[in-house]
Amino acid sequence: MSQIAIIDYGVGNLRSVEKAFAATGCEAVVSGDERVLREAQRLVLPGVGAFGACMKALSERRFDRLVRERVKDGTPLLGVCVGMQLLFEESDEFGSTPGLGLLRGRVKRFNGELVVPHVGWNRVYQRGPHELFADVGDESFFYFVHSYYCEPEDESVAAGETDYGVRYASVVAHKNICGVQFHPEKSQAAGLRLLRNFARLN
Amino acid sequence: MLAKRIIPCLDVDNGRVVKGIRFVSLVDAGDPVEQGKRYDAEGADELTFLDITASSDKRDIVTDLVRRVADEVFIPFTVGGGLRTVEDIRAILRAGADKITLNTAALEQPELISACAETFGSQCVVVAIDARGRNADDVTRGWEVYTHGGRRNVGIDALEWTIRAQQLGAGEILLTSMDCDGTRNGYDIELTRAVSSAVRIPVIASGGAGRLEHFYEALTDGGASAVLAASLFHFGEFSIAEVKEYLRGRGVTVR
Repeated sequence: MSQIAIIDYGVGNLRSVEKAFAATGCEAVVSGDERVLREAQRLVLPGVGAFGACMKALSERRFDRLVRERVKDGTPLLGVCVGMQLLFEESDEFGSTPGLGLLRGRVKRFNGELVVPHVGWNRVYQRGPHELFADVGDESFFYFVHSYYCEPEDESVAAGETDYGVRYASVVAHKNICGVQFHPEKSQAAGLRLLRNFARLN
Repeated sequence: MLAKRIIPCLDVDNGRVVKGIRFVSLVDAGDPVEQGKRYDAEGADELTFLDITASSDKRDIVTDLVRRVADEVFIPFTVGGGLRTVEDIRAILRAGADKITLNTAALEQPELISACAETFGSQCVVVAIDARGRNADDVTRGWEVYTHGGRRNVGIDALEWTIRAQQLGAGEILLTSMDCDGTRNGYDIELTRAVSSAVRIPVIASGGAGRLEHFYEALTDGGASAVLAASLFHFGEFSIAEVKEYLRGRGVTVR
């Protein structure tokens, strides 16, 4: 049984997430095998590109149900980038697209005045102590690449925030559901620590 | 506040990092895997790998090399050179690249930009533009786009092409001044400013860095989101940390 399974549903570069976990000494596998995903102790939901395309690819493999079921059973889940956005109810991308609805709230596009995508290294302001932030300094820089951001209905879900035209939730944590808008696997030491912390979450 | 990015670039020819001066006279500058590892450790904000061999029959070798570099870095990794189809790009992304750059192929088939943006997202599509002034003594004459290592004038205005690339779905522009590249006399600030004010997507300034203030000028006067340099870092004139310390001292936000 694998400790951490990174859900392979045909989108994006999952190898980098896998090797980032390996660099922190955690065993992680990339898998699109339902059995592996059902047995893993933790799940990582990656995602790049369009929200709608990700959601479609996830549903086609019936992993949307799988993720919902496993979250309900208490399995720790980490959504990364668009994977974090998928945790919410819906996105404004191309009209409106429904997400997994594990967290209440929506995904909105950055204001047109800004340079979009928001790409580069930006700070995460921790809203309070959280296990995900163990050994991660407040206001650490992480690497972001995205054009949409999450707006949780319940503000307390936002564990960390980032400024880009607006101050938005860049880290969410609610019970066993976590999400990060940045790419921890591309954020050097701070990112690797955060992944290690997720691997140790109770 | 978004940090300005410092990006070392590996120009790779036949598996080795090389550095040319004005796109010619190549000098060996080491092993790409070792160089990538070193820059990651030194605090580079991103790593760019440009395959300048770019012959299609060597694609598999390049893909393997990309994979080996990607395995060693935990920062964003951009790969370009000779990518002509969505399938070429898919293979490079699967090997561990986060973004790809399109140059000649984008000029020959602009719809490739849209196809990539739709398939993989704009965030991973960097359009590389090599530009040269129409008249070195008169910037008001503007800049034209070149290909084939600066040997071929495409006859397209650099600003028009930048705007078009953005419309087609480019997520970033990697702008190289053919006039300044390899000279170490500084980035082309006029060109960088003109391009960065013409589009809303990030512009990476490239070509000409020789002194610390050059980075500062490109990021402030030039309006660039990031600065790219190759030989300056490869041969150890400046470390990434030195550049950042200097910029921080002058009030630029860096990681």
